[in-house]
Amino acid sequence: MENFASAFLAAFELIVGFDPELVEIVGLSLQVSLTAVLCAGVIGLPIGAALGVARFPGRQAVIVVLNALMGLPPVVAGLMIYLLLSRAGPLGELGLLFTPTAMVIAQTVLVTPIVAALTRQTVEDLHAEYAEQFRSLSVGPVRATATLLWDGRYSLFTGLLAGFGRAIAEVGAVIIVGGNINHVTRVMTTTIALETSKGNLELALGLGIILIALAVLVNAAVMSLRGLSAQATV
Amino acid sequence: MRHATAQQPIRRPQEAASIRPATVQALTFQAGGQTLLDGLDLALDRTSTTVIMGPNGAGKSLLLRLLHGLLTPSSGAVRWNGRAPDRAVRRRQAMVFQKPVLLRRSVLGNVTYALKVQGVARGARRTRAQAALADAGLAALARRPARVLSGGEQQRLALARAWATRPEVLFLDEPTANLDPAGAHVVERMVAEIKDRGTKIVLTTHDLGQARRLGDEVVFLHRGRLVERSPAQSFFDQPQSEQARAFLSGDLVL
Repeated sequence: MENFASAFLAAFELIVGFDPELVEIVGLSLQVSLTAVLCAGVIGLPIGAALGVARFPGRQAVIVVLNALMGLPPVVAGLMIYLLLSRAGPLGELGLLFTPTAMVIAQTVLVTPIVAALTRQTVEDLHAEYAEQFRSLSVGPVRATATLLWDGRYSLFTGLLAGFGRAIAEVGAVIIVGGNINHVTRVMTTTIALETSKGNLELALGLGIILIALAVLVNAAVMSLRGLSAQATV
Repeated sequence: MRHATAQQPIRRPQEAASIRPATVQALTFQAGGQTLLDGLDLALDRTSTTVIMGPNGAGKSLLLRLLHGLLTPSSGAVRWNGRAPDRAVRRRQAMVFQKPVLLRRSVLGNVTYALKVQGVARGARRTRAQAALADAGLAALARRPARVLSGGEQQRLALARAWATRPEVLFLDEPTANLDPAGAHVVERMVAEIKDRGTKIVLTTHDLGQARRLGDEVVFLHRGRLVERSPAQSFFDQPQSEQARAFLSGDLVL
């Protein structure tokens, strides 16, 4: 118990003292996950919007698959990207395995379905409300889609935040494709896993506290966005 | 509406000839195995205000949507000066729905959006939108999010947005159904002034007083059929059809 308490104390000292190792790890985590969310937004928003507006045979099946992919196990995503990027894999030439880029790719694969699925739902609901007005004003499909994305901006940002929450907290994908190499691909979650098994609880706990704080921040942001959208625009 | 813009002539797009008058031939609409509109023949002239009346389920809103080209008839045809209500024709019309559909942006943003869709130049949008809002008595609310407005203000905004596009034809689906008397009065005044500036108005209503005040002619529907069509005055004083008589007396009893 005493051990536990002193570990906590040491963890706080690391955080308050901006321990260089800790700062580096947190920095890489944020860089990788934020980049992944950005990529997921660029891919997932248009896909979700198109699914929300267009009607085509097999659409329902695509939506089922998309919703299922929201729960894709990170280790499976990591394994797939590993196979793609490994020396013998189709993209092995690029030499990306065990780099931050590989981690970004893996997390993008995890986050894109979340963004696309939530976008689809938001856009479809809005479209049901706007469709007749669009037709009355003779709004073309491209402008209609852009309008729906803009008018759904609060909900869509919530989706991006949810995606960020998943990316920053997952360990399975980044440890497989990143390799947890010191000063190169070590992020918060992989470090916690490693340091805990080594018995180095201070760093692990310090990172854990930061992760939880981030989770609280993200959720607070989601809540206040909901509030904003409820009073101003719903 | 305020006087500043009242004198302003309506600027029509120069490219094409007017889309008025309209003719409706053997217009039929079926859905789910039911015939909701059955063989309507109708001619709509260029300027007089047409009020579509009838009990619930008679097909009033449906007729508006078919005239505006929001729905495609099962058979028969709607022709605006010979043209089907395609995108180009719809652009020169406007419709205000019973429950106004407002975008999740500012009051001003709702109007400029419609103008942008119509291809109005960026510089002109703002001025024209602000003039339309001033006409609707909404100038002070221009920066507010549109969806926090009261029901009456929302209806006025929808009307201002429709008017800002200078439509040749304006469709109103029960424009005052959800408004209190004061709100309804303001909307009626706006509609009357839009008509005075040369726009053809086609509206549905259950409000007999409103039909008298705004209507030049009444088209009476009953169970998807056109039962009677008369000048407003004679429709109310001497309805020709059995159904219209029953409808009018029933409503008056209530």
